[in-house]
Amino acid sequence: MSELAVEALNIVHTFKDGNVRALDDVTLRVPSGEVFGLLGPNGSGKTTMVRILSTILAPTSGSARVNGFDVRHQPQDVRRNIGLAGQYATVDENLTGFENLRMIGRLNHLETSYVIARARELLGEFGLTDAAQRLTKTYSGGMRRRLDLAAALVANPPLLFLDEPTTGLDPQSRQDLWGIIEGLVEGGTTVLLTTQYLEEADRLARQLVVLDHGRIIAEGTSRELKTRLGNTVLELHFASIADAERGAGVISALAPTPLTAEGTVLEVTVDNGPRLAAEALRRLDAAGIAVAGLSLREPSLDDVFLNLTGHKTDDSASEEPTPHGRRARRVRSRA
Amino acid sequence: MSLESTPRAQAGSLRWAVKDTLVMAQRNLLAIVRIPTALVFLFIQPVMFVLLFRYVFGGSIRVPTGDYVNYLLPGILVQTTLFGAVGTAIGLAEDLQRGLIERFHALPMARMAVLAGRTVSDLMRNVVVVVVISLVGFAVGFRPRGTVLSYVAACLLMLLFAYCLSWGFAYVGLAAPNSETAQAISFPLVFPLSFASSVFVDPSKLPGWLQGFATYQPVSQAASAVRGLMLGHPVGPNIEATVLWSLGAIAVLGPLATARYRRAT
Repeated sequence: MSELAVEALNIVHTFKDGNVRALDDVTLRVPSGEVFGLLGPNGSGKTTMVRILSTILAPTSGSARVNGFDVRHQPQDVRRNIGLAGQYATVDENLTGFENLRMIGRLNHLETSYVIARARELLGEFGLTDAAQRLTKTYSGGMRRRLDLAAALVANPPLLFLDEPTTGLDPQSRQDLWGIIEGLVEGGTTVLLTTQYLEEADRLARQLVVLDHGRIIAEGTSRELKTRLGNTVLELHFASIADAERGAGVISALAPTPLTAEGTVLEVTVDNGPRLAAEALRRLDAAGIAVAGLSLREPSLDDVFLNLTGHKTDDSASEEPTPHGRRARRVRSRA
Repeated sequence: MSLESTPRAQAGSLRWAVKDTLVMAQRNLLAIVRIPTALVFLFIQPVMFVLLFRYVFGGSIRVPTGDYVNYLLPGILVQTTLFGAVGTAIGLAEDLQRGLIERFHALPMARMAVLAGRTVSDLMRNVVVVVVISLVGFAVGFRPRGTVLSYVAACLLMLLFAYCLSWGFAYVGLAAPNSETAQAISFPLVFPLSFASSVFVDPSKLPGWLQGFATYQPVSQAASAVRGLMLGHPVGPNIEATVLWSLGAIAVLGPLATARYRRAT
């Protein structure tokens, strides 16, 4: 087995007869034994990458090896080495939790007695023992995700692909899943995780790649990216749009990253929030601009994108709630 | 627990293909049992048709076999397998829509087991349908006068016809963007085939422009062949026509469905 769990070189994938480039020259190297994060908004190509690496889709060009096996030429070997789970929680609704795991175990060509024992073990580990004999159509969203993850683990794959495992989950279920993923990595499993949430990538992944429109726009450790992108978002509220516009002029001289303005609210991502907040207030006061309110918060994926690309995530109007419960907003003007 | 210590069973690739197909077939059969609407569609509806045509319309329909119930039952059997094939289209479209087929493709299973399993579970379902509808038929006065052997031959012929049909509906299910569309596409196919046919009436009593279609279309051929065998009547070229339709259908639709399946993900 190679040191790298995944080595994908110059992957290109086009849809609709070449008119849509879902992936454009993406190279990934995922080291064994850790969580690797693929961060990006909807439509950035994360899922396409996972589908290629799990042999569901053949890349238009480029090559990829998963645990040393070529996805194009040794797909069955790749499939014996991976588990796949994700946001769509593809469990069979007309089977019970136990039957779902048994089916996946059989289709992995494991010994029957082992499959049954392993299914029971996983149902226990994931808190599904009581629901084991219930049809999965009666499961809650969190239970389905856990069962989906359990199904991916039936054959003890050394590499796990988790495609947005917590998208749409409530905060408690998200915490539960994070705990499970951390436990798996401690046990030696490599995880390739895709996510829209900076918080999730930050918590779980050692190394990150940020995708936008099928291209890698940033990579590095979570700490490196944060240092580059800023740790905090400073939000300033003004009494009037005129004040906000004047305020933008003052703040943009202070902050290294782009500024967003929406109505009477200004936002800027910064390294040292408290220090900059104090400085901003001082300068605004000196300029005679009244500040109606101020807050500091963790940056969202939108903020990261704004800093990396100068635009917010393309489908920032999407109705999906972020972990912070705030809807992404459109940028009307940029200082 | 590592990959190396996970006990994998050993077998040749052909045996795995068969085993995987049976795993998929079992899963599909469980779904039929567990979806009440599927059971209603599968069993209650044909029983209603039997009762409706036996006791409500039957008295007014003249058929060459004399007793209408004897004319009706073999036709209903064929119609039921045809309606059941719509379930194939819906089931596959649902699997595709829910991402289950993608999940299967990331497993080290035989790729073709998804389609093969679907058609095999259809076949098993049709065996049950034939037995149940036959029993209902006997209860309402169906008295086939052919030999037991020819009855069994009629059932086997019908199962062959139905198996080939399910490949056609597999294609519909894979081509449709969702299960609702699969259902919507299936009904305009199924309706004329089952009603403008020899299933319920003698085609020679139909308007002239409809007679040709109603006599020679595959469902009519199958219904006439099955009826002739069950009732012990001379069947003419109906059996050969049914076998030819079946083999022709699978020769064309089988590869079409397979190609569609390979492109579907």
